[in-house]
Amino acid sequence: MLADVTSSEDRLRRFLHGLPGVDQVGAEARAATLGTRSIKTSAKQYALDLAISMIDLTTLEGQDTPGKVRALCAKAKRPDPADPTAPQVAAVCVYPDLVATAKHELRGTNINVASVATGFPSGRTSLAIKQQDTKDAVAAGADEVDMVIDRGAFLSGRYGLVFDEIVAIREAAGDAHLKVILETGELVTYDNVRRASWLAMLAGADFIKTSTGKVQPAATLPVTLVMLEAVRDYHEATGLHIGVKPAGGIRTSKDAIKYLVMVNETCGDDWLNPDLFRFGASSLLNELLMQRTRMSTGRYSGPDYFTLD
Amino acid sequence: MPTKAVNTGAGPRLDVRKTYKLYVGGAFPRSESGRSYVVNDAKGKFLANVSKASRKDGRDAVVAARKAFGGWSARTAYNRGQILYRIAEVMEGRHEQFSAEVAASEGIAIAKARATVDAAIDRWVWYAGWADKLAQVVGSSNPVAGPYFDFSLPEATGVIAVLAPQDSSLLGLTSVVAPVIVSGNTAVVVTSYERPVPAVTLGEVMATSDLPGGVVNLLTGDASEIGPWLAAHMDVNGIDLTGVSDGDQVRELEVAAAENLKRVRRPADDDWSADPGTGRMTQFLETKTVWHPIGV
Amino acid sequence: MSFEYAPAPESRAIVDIKSSYGLFINGDFTESQDGKPFKTVSPASEEVLAEVTEAGPADVDKAVRAARRAYDRTWSKLSGRDRAKYLYRIARIVQERSRELAVLESLDNGKPIRESRDVDVPLVAAHFFYYAGWADKLEYAGFGPDPQPLGVAGQVIPWNFPLLMLAWKIAPALAAGNTVILKPAETTPLTALAFAEICQQADLPPGVVNIITGAGDTGRALVEHHGVDKVAFTGSTEVGRAIAKSVAGSNKKVTLELGGKAANVIFEDAPVDQAVEGIINGIFFNQGHVCCAGSRLLVQESVYDEVLARLKRRMSTLRVGDPLDKNTDIGAINSAMQLAKIRELSQIGEDEGAERWSPACELPEHGYWFPPTIFTGVSQAHRIAREEIFGPVLSVLTFRTPAEAVEKANNTPFGLSAGVWTEKGSRILWMANQLRAGVVWANTFNRFDPTSPFGGYKESGYGREGGRHGLEGYLAH
Repeated sequence: MLADVTSSEDRLRRFLHGLPGVDQVGAEARAATLGTRSIKTSAKQYALDLAISMIDLTTLEGQDTPGKVRALCAKAKRPDPADPTAPQVAAVCVYPDLVATAKHELRGTNINVASVATGFPSGRTSLAIKQQDTKDAVAAGADEVDMVIDRGAFLSGRYGLVFDEIVAIREAAGDAHLKVILETGELVTYDNVRRASWLAMLAGADFIKTSTGKVQPAATLPVTLVMLEAVRDYHEATGLHIGVKPAGGIRTSKDAIKYLVMVNETCGDDWLNPDLFRFGASSLLNELLMQRTRMSTGRYSGPDYFTLD
Repeated sequence: MPTKAVNTGAGPRLDVRKTYKLYVGGAFPRSESGRSYVVNDAKGKFLANVSKASRKDGRDAVVAARKAFGGWSARTAYNRGQILYRIAEVMEGRHEQFSAEVAASEGIAIAKARATVDAAIDRWVWYAGWADKLAQVVGSSNPVAGPYFDFSLPEATGVIAVLAPQDSSLLGLTSVVAPVIVSGNTAVVVTSYERPVPAVTLGEVMATSDLPGGVVNLLTGDASEIGPWLAAHMDVNGIDLTGVSDGDQVRELEVAAAENLKRVRRPADDDWSADPGTGRMTQFLETKTVWHPIGV
Repeated sequence: MSFEYAPAPESRAIVDIKSSYGLFINGDFTESQDGKPFKTVSPASEEVLAEVTEAGPADVDKAVRAARRAYDRTWSKLSGRDRAKYLYRIARIVQERSRELAVLESLDNGKPIRESRDVDVPLVAAHFFYYAGWADKLEYAGFGPDPQPLGVAGQVIPWNFPLLMLAWKIAPALAAGNTVILKPAETTPLTALAFAEICQQADLPPGVVNIITGAGDTGRALVEHHGVDKVAFTGSTEVGRAIAKSVAGSNKKVTLELGGKAANVIFEDAPVDQAVEGIINGIFFNQGHVCCAGSRLLVQESVYDEVLARLKRRMSTLRVGDPLDKNTDIGAINSAMQLAKIRELSQIGEDEGAERWSPACELPEHGYWFPPTIFTGVSQAHRIAREEIFGPVLSVLTFRTPAEAVEKANNTPFGLSAGVWTEKGSRILWMANQLRAGVVWANTFNRFDPTSPFGGYKESGYGREGGRHGLEGYLAH
């Protein structure tokens, strides 16, 4: 039945517009209530390690250098130089031209290399270029591709165009995991976030991701809640597990734990692993490590004791 | 109305006397009990034979009032105001009749009776104007501390039993009925026992004023007989005890009314010539508060 | 491995419960003249928290006379501006002591600390702030140019929101210039007694607020006392009816906020995830000990299966347990008596053929507990669809058309509240119009605010609390 809905643009539109609405106030109230959960002691230890293991350690700046990427990879492998029990992160996320560097640094580990592609962050290039961008990244060794959707097309209702583009990138990405960035900060309403989530899943996304990190607001709890509800409902309908990745703006351990609580109480245990939930972040890692050290040593730590990247 | 012979030139004409009946559900039935009672004027002279309503008439009137409630309360306030104003217009046309009846019933001079009728008509006009203002005066927008649009508006309580004043046969009656119905309630009214004649005529006015049947039901009879049944009736939502003077009886009626938590208006020293205020309207209004989130 | 939340209990150290309490009359805690002591327990553990006093008739009389004296000599002579300042003081002290009050409330009542901390106590402070501002503006409230207080108010409140109901009663009464005698429920006296201390802290003139503890007999003596000009009651319809009878023929002004059996109506175009939250919040907020709880769920047939599946899934994440644990969603049932009533009505639901479902959840060994429960296959005729259960028990019914939803929703002697869930604006307004209930929550549920009038139609009582309307019950005009 779900296959049918993508058989024409018309059907796709009707399907997306037939999804239940999202009441903004209600969704935000629910997210806020989940945010009041108090995660202490053993639960906190578990959550901190889990959060570290879910990080896509990211650098996406014009001034990125191979040196910086190498440092990031070193950190990904051994986040806390003083404590080998600290888990490794899930992936290192870079621009396509630095994929090879990262791949080289991470050889022999289980850490993936993720590459943004498709004219990140705005996506304002032709489909051909987006496809080539993707193929280059995969050829250079990317295990995961983070693509952006055409927000202009989505907001003007050209769902077929967005759908086809995701399908094309899906194909270009080959075996690489495809994360589809919705850039929720530009989607205006939660109704749109839900529709874009479904659109991406129907088109073959392995992950749906909130943001590029270049647009404010980036990830928020309520936006992530709506996306988690979408993957939960998609699973209910198809049996398929799609991952969720909030990215940008998640800086504190407390925030990260709120996200984990939300995953736990929206999608359940199944999603509480790096295969189905990721944090797109950089400075978050040090915050998590500091909290982790605090818990193991009983002292508050300081930034001097962790590497800056 | 008392009748008098008119000389037609061919000998005295025989009067066509009026039968004084109840006004229930827009019709003019006799009491199901078949009872009637003699009403004298203030000087003790025969005025009329009037139907004496029973508890079953009360029951029928409640059914009629309940049936009318949905439609009447759903009408636009503008429309209810128009109809109340229409009552005033039709009363104006029967001014002389009302004056004569009030004079005879209350034992006052015709000039004073006319002034009373003037006041009664003016009171209908006054209340007519309230129909589409009440919600603005007693409703509110509530600035809650959150992203919600929150407003309160008045709604009619439902079926109201009105035990009308015993003394003021028209102005008093008007003053207790108009505020009840203007907001959308329907009324079962027990009129003054000894002075029912102007009420019967008011029923005739209502029947010809576009007032839907059942909105006002007028029962001539004894409030101390029918009142307890209305007070205890589980499909009556409020009761006005204005016409009851005996303290023990007030208490008993109030106790009976408590069974379904009726809104009760206790008797008070009413001056029917004074500015009525909004109290009689708000007494039989509910406040409904509606919340809705504000979001995109 | 799964994400288990470790216990996160709020500390009890912040509260200082005395071993016994007297009656707060005329500004002081006093020994009872003719009452006897009784115990208040924590419903979560059955631990005795304190001994309090059941006020006898002589105590009630003393309290009424103290209130009268305070009214005649002090409070009625005070300017509105000064009354306002006392209320502002109280509001501030409530804020300052908010954590303590929340912990005390959760201990004595059994409600989750998350609710007492985030809902009850903040609303208490807000209520005093709101009515403080009215005290010197009464002539603008629309009740005539010179509205006058009634005198002495006797107020009886229930155990479900002990401190919040106290605020709903005392704040408008004092703002309007009345003095009060308040009787908290026998199972939840402690926050009212803490409030008595707050009155002392605020230097409120003696006798303006009197708190007398006790059970039904104390309440009756208060309500029937000749020196009382105003009776305000929140509680069951049964007691409300008795009060209405007992004040018959007197000049006492009465406001009653009674029971309910609210319909929560879910249309097929509802924002379904928020609607499910609304259902949860509607019936499981405060263990369902809420007069306006959405205890009858009416779901449009076309989405019944989907809504029910989502509801059950959501119910499985509810955390039942220690009220002081910050992660608890559903606390303890307030008393053994209430628990027995919930059990009895639930048994009746089963006996009448409705299907009962609760998520798997472990209940603590001690204390009074009932799992979140839904009944499906319920019809209008079932007792669980008509009677107020006042617990975490939801009856689920279906409807096909909007007209049928309205008919079912209104088919009850109650009329306190209702919920509507639909994305269609005109339908919301149509439903809001048709529902015979004092509060209609559209696309939300169980929201409260001091500015927002609250109260029922029909057998849910009369009078409004909150907002400008809430002043009317305390003014002669």
